[in-house]
Amino acid sequence: MRGVNMFAKTQAKWVGVALIAIALIALPFALAAAGTAWVRIANLAILFVFLSLGLNIVVGFAGLLDLGYIAFYAVGAYAYALLASPHFDLHFPFWVILPIGGLVACLFGVLLGAPTLKLRGDYLAIVTLGFGEIVRIFLNNLSQPVNITNGPQGISRIDPFSFGSFSFSDNENFFGLAFSGPIKYYYILLALLLLAIVVNLRLQHSRIGRAWEAIREDEVAARAMGIDTTRIKLLAFAMGASFGGIAGGMFAAIQGFISPESFVLVESIMVLSMVVLGGMGNIWGVVLGAVLLSFVPELLRYTVEPLQKSLFGRSIIEPEVIRMLLFGLALVLMMLYRPAGLLPSAVRKRELAKPDADNA
Amino acid sequence: MDIFLQQIINGLTLGSVYAIVALGYTMVYGIIQLINFAHGELVMLGAMVAFSVIGALAGTALPPVLIVLAGILAAVPACMLVGYAMERVAYRPLRGAPRLAPLITAIGISIILQHVALLVWSRSPLAFPQIIPLVSFHVGGAIITGVQIAIILTSVLMMGGLTLMVYRTKLGIAMRATSQNPQVAGLMGIDIDRIIAFTFIVGAALAAVAGVMVGTYYGIAHYSMGSLLGMKAFSAAVLGGIGNLAGAMLGGILLGIVEALGAGYIGDLTNNVFGSNYQDVFAFLVLIAVLVFRPSGLLGERVGDRA
Amino acid sequence: MPNREPEQGTGDGVLLECAGLDKRFGGVLALAEVGFSIDRGEIYGLIGPNGAGKTTLFNALTGIYGCDAGGFSFDGEPLAGLRPDQIAARGIARTFQNIRLFGNLSALDNVMIGRHVRTRAGVFGAILRTRATLEEEAAIEKRALELLDYVGIAARGNDVARQLPYGDQRRLEIARALATGPKLLALDEPAAGMNATETLELKKLLQRVRTDGTTILLIEHDMKLVMGLCDRVLVLDYGRRIAEGAPREVQRDPRVIDAYLGGTVA
Repeated sequence: MRGVNMFAKTQAKWVGVALIAIALIALPFALAAAGTAWVRIANLAILFVFLSLGLNIVVGFAGLLDLGYIAFYAVGAYAYALLASPHFDLHFPFWVILPIGGLVACLFGVLLGAPTLKLRGDYLAIVTLGFGEIVRIFLNNLSQPVNITNGPQGISRIDPFSFGSFSFSDNENFFGLAFSGPIKYYYILLALLLLAIVVNLRLQHSRIGRAWEAIREDEVAARAMGIDTTRIKLLAFAMGASFGGIAGGMFAAIQGFISPESFVLVESIMVLSMVVLGGMGNIWGVVLGAVLLSFVPELLRYTVEPLQKSLFGRSIIEPEVIRMLLFGLALVLMMLYRPAGLLPSAVRKRELAKPDADNA
Repeated sequence: MDIFLQQIINGLTLGSVYAIVALGYTMVYGIIQLINFAHGELVMLGAMVAFSVIGALAGTALPPVLIVLAGILAAVPACMLVGYAMERVAYRPLRGAPRLAPLITAIGISIILQHVALLVWSRSPLAFPQIIPLVSFHVGGAIITGVQIAIILTSVLMMGGLTLMVYRTKLGIAMRATSQNPQVAGLMGIDIDRIIAFTFIVGAALAAVAGVMVGTYYGIAHYSMGSLLGMKAFSAAVLGGIGNLAGAMLGGILLGIVEALGAGYIGDLTNNVFGSNYQDVFAFLVLIAVLVFRPSGLLGERVGDRA
Repeated sequence: MPNREPEQGTGDGVLLECAGLDKRFGGVLALAEVGFSIDRGEIYGLIGPNGAGKTTLFNALTGIYGCDAGGFSFDGEPLAGLRPDQIAARGIARTFQNIRLFGNLSALDNVMIGRHVRTRAGVFGAILRTRATLEEEAAIEKRALELLDYVGIAARGNDVARQLPYGDQRRLEIARALATGPKLLALDEPAAGMNATETLELKKLLQRVRTDGTTILLIEHDMKLVMGLCDRVLVLDYGRRIAEGAPREVQRDPRVIDAYLGGTVA
């Protein structure tokens, strides 16, 4: 009888997976019915999931506090923009420069991490925050004497993804369905995201993943067991940074335009919140957190504004302000009542539980 | 030489403000090992409340000094209340939790406070009404204004007062004991909850006055003025040695001077490759450099065990 | 049975040699001119009153503290200035006085982490799941299960480490240390808090560990265990060595008795 139960469970699991797959494939068209803007929001949500997964390696797996993660996103985005736009008149294909963006970000990660990873938690948080701000300030100002980043005006007319004459930004018709640019991007982003999830899962359940856990649990003991904690922490930083860099490149391509404004401190905090609120260390929790924090504010914007108009005749509180107030409140409440996140990993939950009366 | 002196004066002024704000950060970190991200917002609140009052009184016939004083008298209790609420509601329950939780909470509070300010006072900055006569003195080839003198004097007074309190009163001993070892302090009969709350309140009061000073100096106050200032003040606290009062004061003043000198000379030094628009970078670079090369700061940390 | 990585090194029987070791903390001289040597295959005890500097010596040996004078040589190589992880790689594994397990992880994970230093899979191996990596992972798990069984907690593999009964936690820590494939196993008060039965089992376990080829250094206060287990002991008092030799001789040494104020002899 047990065999039948197991079989039924596995079957149920595969049916579930299939259903989710179908939903994901059909999603952009459902969203497009409500407006192409929603497909763009979905694409940005995918990018945020990507970012959250990357930060999850740093914060969730290795337990390192990074408050300036968006800097890697920025580096990747600018790397892409400089190599595929009229700015320097370079137009390399996306499949070449996305990895390059990842590598450049990885390099920045190593440069930042090498001198600072030995610092204790709070200090590391502040240093990374400072780094994020420094990167932003430089991006804002590197327009003289040599115009590298074009300052606050940013870089525009960035090349979209393209294979020869097939560009991801044009609208097309396949099998009678209208594939707008955003919808085409959705599929390739989704594919890359699935790849990222697989990479993350594999990292988590590997020798390196265990080493990260060990460091997080007790760094002294980890070192006593022969783990070169500095190198392993640096690895986490570098991997996290690479994810950020690749996501940045994708961002540059979909938007077609980037400026330092997109890479401010609030964005770093946003990604960190996605990881923490979703469930640090748990890949699916992080995905959930990113999706929620990407969509809910947009939903708010679309409902709160007309609501206020109908109730008060005008918009008393901007949706942006409401969004941030709720966000701040969510952070405080979550830490008070559910610090391990919405979908916590079992280990994290134990870490954050009150110490029980177990032997010692 | 004139530029140098002028920048020193400017640096001292700004530095005094940084010092006062840094004291708030350092006291809280020294006692519960928390970086109170929301401290910068307290500075902002102090400025906004004070400006509202000052703006309201500006049309009356009251002497300017009294008007500014009224502003301060309104700002200080307001900030103390908010500071106390922060500690009581959000930080106290998290005292035993791993570092990440209170850090996230602090960020959340910072966001809430900023946007509440946005709601109350809207996006437009508040301007300081022209009620203070422009008084200035010549020192060497540079100028020092009455406002600058007032700021430096007020800061010195407050630093002196705080030092007196911490090192000469029973309350101060209790604070220092709690900061070194909360458990033992508790066993000695010190109500550590009250002492910690008191620390927050004192820090908040200092922040309020700092806010008024900054607002007066730059002439405007707006909802987002707290973050950058807070970050710089925190850098100053770390520079001097976190948890160390003298360190915070020294760090603040040093940072102010370095920033002012940097802004003044960087154009010349780098052949105009980097201009004064890179000024904000200094604070961060100093922070990173200190943490990497001398994490305990110039005068050494004073941090006890976790509460 | 613990398999150690192949042995090289000095032809003679000395595995660990310590000479002229000083360690200062501010004005306090915690260790002064300490010297001793441990032979291959020995069970060597480190005893002395509280505060004598035993754990300090351990920490100096395993790289957590630096030495102010003197040092160690292990298997012919000096250990000066090495980091703890480098020392573990060279073959010294330790347990801690206050038990430092990876509390929120399972017992099996704890031991598997112990294998880290003898395995190689990196990021690319993890992501690409090469055959070599998969084989290595399987070997790691197999070895970890063997070790859990070896120390007697085979059934506890999936239990959360910090929820294990105290005695099992100590054994787990030993299993984890053995997983690093050490030549020298350094145990800091492994019998602390154990009752007579548990202590007897621990003694049998450690004897087996030695028979299977690992040299043991242990700090202990339980004199019965020390007498029954150790080949030789070193006695420290106030950071100085006051006697070294077989337990029975040391036990009769008047300086040792003096240090313990009458001494506890089972």
